[in-house]
Amino acid sequence: MPGTTPSQTVGPFFSIGLAGFDAVAPGTPGAVRLHGTVFDGAGEPVPDAVVETWQTVPAAGSGRSLCDAEGRWGVLTLKPGDAGAEQAPHVDVSVFGRGLLHRVVTRIYFADETAANAADPVLAGIADERARATLLARPDRDGYRFDIHLQGDDETVFFAV
Amino acid sequence: MSVPGFRRDDASHPALATPEYRSTALRAPRRERLLLNQTPTELTGPLFGAGRVGALDHDLTRQHDGEPLGERIVVHGRVIEDDRRPVPGTLIEAWQANASGRYRHAVDRHPAPLDPNFTGAGRCLTDAEGRFRFVTIRPGAYPWGNHENAWRPAHIHFSVFGRAFAQRLVTQMYFPGDPLFAHDPIFNSVRDAAARERLVAAFDLEATEPEWALAYRWDIVLRGREATSLEDD
Repeated sequence: MPGTTPSQTVGPFFSIGLAGFDAVAPGTPGAVRLHGTVFDGAGEPVPDAVVETWQTVPAAGSGRSLCDAEGRWGVLTLKPGDAGAEQAPHVDVSVFGRGLLHRVVTRIYFADETAANAADPVLAGIADERARATLLARPDRDGYRFDIHLQGDDETVFFAV
Repeated sequence: MSVPGFRRDDASHPALATPEYRSTALRAPRRERLLLNQTPTELTGPLFGAGRVGALDHDLTRQHDGEPLGERIVVHGRVIEDDRRPVPGTLIEAWQANASGRYRHAVDRHPAPLDPNFTGAGRCLTDAEGRFRFVTIRPGAYPWGNHENAWRPAHIHFSVFGRAFAQRLVTQMYFPGDPLFAHDPIFNSVRDAAARERLVAAFDLEATEPEWALAYRWDIVLRGREATSLEDD
């Protein structure tokens, strides 16, 4: 069996080859914006990162956002509903960037899904409440805010998929 | 109920914290990653249809009025899983520096010329057997600020979606025999020598086009499925 191809960093020049896109077209009924800022371990925004989202409900949808100069990303999508298999609504996220030799993977859950979150086995597996809170997107004027801290006291929980 | 997932392949990949690559210092997460049991979200992934790819998107030498300078090459191979099953219809995106080692990007300040006839971006979908083919210009090496006299070996960036979120891969393809390999912390961030070799294309005389272009062959191997799934039976 051949081994798999190793990951390498996306580098600083990815905007030549990777374009951003939303998961749904603007004006789609029910569309919400998932957005936030990517921070490094010094609390500085990361301008050269790429955030990708993937969800299967309510419809399969993928978005990609190239961070701006202030480290901000955003993807227009539909809020996921019940994901089945006793999972709370969630969106899978990959983050690529200069200085990241391999993507980091996290999940967006929704702070306003209290009951579903309480029953979710992935969230339940994270004992530290502060760490668990890093996975919660919070409703705001534009949709849901989800900041990603690559390092530091508020380091986002990342998963080995 | 447990669903067959994709085999874990952590040994193939670089450690996020690789001090020799300085930019990892403030960006590589410090905490241990949590093991996520693969669920339907990870076992599926986006499908990008032919609508996203133009007929000439795989040919980086035909995107402008004139031809780019440099050594024209063909880069081809297959996207397969680690059990050699092909991955058809998956989107590959590629980007690179020009023959002088300069990217068409505002952040690239390397004092080497831009080429008005070369953007350095291409994409394609794999065919039914997982095959892909790009025509491009061999990229140049270029300096970077990681350490004294640091140079990146010539490489092409590749992004592959595969059939599932679990297979998503961004990587770089290198050229055989590059004298810069020994000095490059990004290439050497892959600690396993055999895995590093999988980043290096092979010169391919058979696919070389007479009087036209040298060819390089490079297969992209993604994680395959564990155990048996119904369609294997």
